[in-house]
Amino acid sequence: MPRKIAGRLAAAWITLVVIAVVVFVGVELMPGDACTAHLGRDAARAEMLTACRDRMGLDRPPVERFALWAADLAHGDLGVSMKRERPILGIVGPRARNTLILAGAAALAGVPLAILLGFLCGLRREGPFDIVTSTVALVAMTMPEFVVASLLILIFAIWLGWSTGVVTAAYDAPALTLLLATPLPAITLALVYIAHILRMVRSSVIDTVGADFVLMARMKGVPERRIVLRHILPNAILPSISLIGLTLAWLLSGVVIVESVFNYPGIGRLAVNAVADRDLPLIQAIALLFGLFYVLTTLVSDLVAMALNPRLRSLRG
Amino acid sequence: MTASSTLRAVLKQPSGVVGVALVVAHVTMALVAPMIVPHNPTLQSAGAILQAPSWTHPFGTDRLGRDLLSRALLGGREAMLIATLSTVAAMLWGAMLGLFVALQGGRTDAYVMRIVDAMVSIPWVLMVMIFVAALGVGARALIPVLSFSYGLSVVYIARAAALDFVARDFVLAAQARGERRVTILWREILPNVRDTLAVQGAMQWSWILLGISSLSFLGLGVAPPAPDWGLMIADGRGIMQAAPWTVLWPMAMLSSLIVGVNLAADAIAKALGVDRTFGVAAP
Amino acid sequence: MRLLSVAGLTIARAAGPVGRPVVVDAGVVLGPAQTLGIAGESGCGKSTLLLALMGIVKPGLRVAAGQVWLDGTDILSAPAEDQRRLRGPVVALVPQSAALSLTPTMRIGAQLAEALAVHGRLAPAARPARVQDLLARVRLPDPARIGHRYPHELSGGQMQRVAIAMALACKPRLLLLDEPTSGLDASTQSGILDLLDTLRRETGMAMVCVSHDIGVLARLTARIAVMYAGRIVEDRPVGAFLRHPAHPYARALLASVPRIAALVLPLSIPGRPPAPGSVEQGCAFVPRCVRSGADCVTVPAFRDVASGGRVACHAPDEGPLILPAARTGATGAVRGDGVLIVRDLMVRYGKAGPLARLVGRPAPPAVVDGVSFTLAKGEILGLVGESGSGKSTILRAVAGLWPRSAGVVTLAGSGELAAQTVQRDRRALQRVQIVFQNPDASLNPRQSVREILAQPLRLYFNATPAEVERQGRDLLADVRLDPSYLERRPGQLSGGERQRVALARAFAARPDVILCDEVTSALDVSVQASVLSLIRALCRTRGTACLFVAHDLAVVAALCDRVAVLHMGRIAEEGPATLICTAPRHAYTRSLIEIAQRNAAFGEYPEPLPS
Repeated sequence: MPRKIAGRLAAAWITLVVIAVVVFVGVELMPGDACTAHLGRDAARAEMLTACRDRMGLDRPPVERFALWAADLAHGDLGVSMKRERPILGIVGPRARNTLILAGAAALAGVPLAILLGFLCGLRREGPFDIVTSTVALVAMTMPEFVVASLLILIFAIWLGWSTGVVTAAYDAPALTLLLATPLPAITLALVYIAHILRMVRSSVIDTVGADFVLMARMKGVPERRIVLRHILPNAILPSISLIGLTLAWLLSGVVIVESVFNYPGIGRLAVNAVADRDLPLIQAIALLFGLFYVLTTLVSDLVAMALNPRLRSLRG
Repeated sequence: MTASSTLRAVLKQPSGVVGVALVVAHVTMALVAPMIVPHNPTLQSAGAILQAPSWTHPFGTDRLGRDLLSRALLGGREAMLIATLSTVAAMLWGAMLGLFVALQGGRTDAYVMRIVDAMVSIPWVLMVMIFVAALGVGARALIPVLSFSYGLSVVYIARAAALDFVARDFVLAAQARGERRVTILWREILPNVRDTLAVQGAMQWSWILLGISSLSFLGLGVAPPAPDWGLMIADGRGIMQAAPWTVLWPMAMLSSLIVGVNLAADAIAKALGVDRTFGVAAP
Repeated sequence: MRLLSVAGLTIARAAGPVGRPVVVDAGVVLGPAQTLGIAGESGCGKSTLLLALMGIVKPGLRVAAGQVWLDGTDILSAPAEDQRRLRGPVVALVPQSAALSLTPTMRIGAQLAEALAVHGRLAPAARPARVQDLLARVRLPDPARIGHRYPHELSGGQMQRVAIAMALACKPRLLLLDEPTSGLDASTQSGILDLLDTLRRETGMAMVCVSHDIGVLARLTARIAVMYAGRIVEDRPVGAFLRHPAHPYARALLASVPRIAALVLPLSIPGRPPAPGSVEQGCAFVPRCVRSGADCVTVPAFRDVASGGRVACHAPDEGPLILPAARTGATGAVRGDGVLIVRDLMVRYGKAGPLARLVGRPAPPAVVDGVSFTLAKGEILGLVGESGSGKSTILRAVAGLWPRSAGVVTLAGSGELAAQTVQRDRRALQRVQIVFQNPDASLNPRQSVREILAQPLRLYFNATPAEVERQGRDLLADVRLDPSYLERRPGQLSGGERQRVALARAFAARPDVILCDEVTSALDVSVQASVLSLIRALCRTRGTACLFVAHDLAVVAALCDRVAVLHMGRIAEEGPATLICTAPRHAYTRSLIEIAQRNAAFGEYPEPLPS
């Protein structure tokens, strides 16, 4: 078992390294570099361009620059923002915290709800609850985030006046203030992946309900309630955990749009600003951060799956 | 199953009927709209700003006095075109790579999928934004980057679908005969995953459409003054309270098309007996 | 009062077109401590009938008529709570696949304890002891600790024993068994059957056992009922049945079982069983029956048989069973030159890379450990052994589908064969063809038979569409299928027909060597008989050599000229089939023969009638 965990950690680490390479190569491949992007029209002036490149060390060969960048990363130094001329870590740090609060709120509220709903739908397949819930899920899955966001603002902020709609808290406000600002953006974020996870769990439950071991439990004379709780539930949910983690990771990248619409001070909104500013080092760092987040989410869900699922524990540990 | 028998099976399901009807309505509208729009969609009229729905302007007007009905009817065309081209490209390269690594297995599979994993971890919106930042806006220019981003999830799905068949004896028999890899992919594996990929293609199309609308909303997609649902929603956002019709119509159009495609895809999947658990979207 | 009484039971599909019901007008009567075996091939309805005996009707089916009285209760129409109370204490089931029937997320001790708990048996404190006692009774090793394991940590045979223990937990008076030995090794099978027999005698339970293998039923039960197309066609005491089966189907079925004592190809039954949706018209066996007559347009009623029991047939044959004459002596064929020569073949699963070897980790065990043999031109050589003996691996290594660690494979006229197919040239590939075990997986479900046969024809001979058409028909004729089959897809064919197409595809390449990997193991016994005779005919007429792998020594001995016995990756013994089976020298061979004889339980092979 410990060998399996170590293997999974190693795989995550390798993925991170590959992400770093991919991000770096991606930025390299684009026409121009950090200086031409930052200077914009001024880049035509040769002395400004050379001064900038000197400062950023852009005249060195790519491999060397990558190594330097990687070494800096290892020390927690994300580089310096071109536009704001401050260390990136200071810019990104608090905003990453804010996004985590938002994503965390969305996940903690949404995932258990999704699993529960999916489970109930699968048990009473094609029943009224299932049909209604599945249809709502389908519609929710297909609405663009910005549509949902706008609708929620329309309903809750403008018509009902329950919330301010757009977030007014600053990026360095205390965590609790930000938490209280999360309901609408969190709902927007969660709606889509709740629908996905719900459908996945539902499908898994349907498969499990028809399994031979469930029939066997009935033939033993086990009462229905116990069958649902001890035979169906674990076998429907456990195999889905990894996939749930993957879905979560994929869909939480929707923070970019959600934060933009609600003006929430997280790294999603920062990313949009960074692109508008053409601040390449900052963009690079943010891309890497997203990658890190994705890897961590999938890693945690895989480890949870391994911990809970006896099959994964002992197969060729 | 033949195309006509599939269609009949789809239409037997209520969700299928609704879905197909919506898609057909939208496609028809997109094709004939230029001929039937009552007003010039880009004509600004200072005197007709933010008018509520009326006989002359059944959908009302926006903040520049443009007729919303005309803009709504035309708002999907550009996005649908881009979505179609991107989907075709994404399915082509994604399916080829996915099927290939599934058959190849071993180290090639491991290495390629590691790289795909890494690339998928970066949000597609970010990728597009970086692309736009470097090269400038042009909606048609988005096609390569959209095909690339969405193609990544197609790789997963094609690979997963193919893996079901790659270990089966008839593929082994083909290998034992000495058939070339391309032949095996084309003759043995592709016909078996064709249905899954077709359903997936329909869903990818709807997600790409969604993506383009999101980009237009952010100002990175279709450029003004062209009519586009995403743009219209972005435009009307600030005045939603005073003039809700400026956002509600485009929202309804966009949502109805995407819901329609997904309902239809669902019904087609059921008709063809395709396993739906592969359907994890790239947002 | 009777323990079990079934009358007029008919189970049909719940929805869709009304076709032949799955079970038709079944009647069974069983008293305490009595045993009944239900025999039949796939699709005859035996499993459905068995489940109905404990009141279970699978989704998609419904009870159209009849009742099942279990211990005084009409179990099919009883309320759910009453049904639940009967399941465990009165009737229990040992399912076909224990691996699928044990909950993966619960430890096996917990699952056994659950069986006790749900019926309120024993105080909670006393349950662990009883669980351990049950595990010991089914002869599982280390009963004190094995209960902590999860199902996937046990072997197939061990899981089957756990399933038996679970069924016995509440001391049922009736035990139902669904193919109790399917998927198990011959020696494991023997152990399970012994165990079941002992338990029955110890507990005095009544038993109903369903199996496609009559030998299993003969060992366990005192009475046998044969089912065909949903009906019970014969219901006889075991001894009388084996000597004088009355129904034409039952006679043909017994004649199609390969017997180790005979060393000759068993007889097959022409045609195929009626398709599930077909309409019922009189006796279902008529199209395949040698004794059918004018009466047979009506469904036959049961009539008594002189030696005991009853049969549902208008023209039962009460004479002794007629079987083909046993093979005596060698086949008489002169052994030709070697066409396939294998020397010191070694195959390991998994690879110890150079790094591991450096660290000193031992190489993974060899599945095939130095095997050498020569296959002569036109000869049929059998490779027999249990699972894990390496027999299938040898075939795959020869075919180039699995890399070999050492050894040389030579094809006369093409030189040494490379280890992988991608390294071999087309001529070498054409001369060696392989046919696989599973009829469901060996054909591409999306291709028509024509396309399937076209592949090798195009690949090796650049055949034009016209040639494909012509040769396709010829090939189908050779495998005794109608030319109209060219249009069909695998989904429309039965298992036996699919294997024939797989054989046709292999022979389309005009190979010198054909490799058969358990090609009949997944088929019904009567279908197996026809496929075996087909293989023999095809090889003899075309002069193709055949390497035939199977786990059943009786099958191998019936078909093959020579036999090699595989044990733990090595050849234990090799020689002419007759010699190996009548005068084995290796202990392992002797044990295989013993098991084959016990499982067949047919005793002495009868003398053929004077013609």
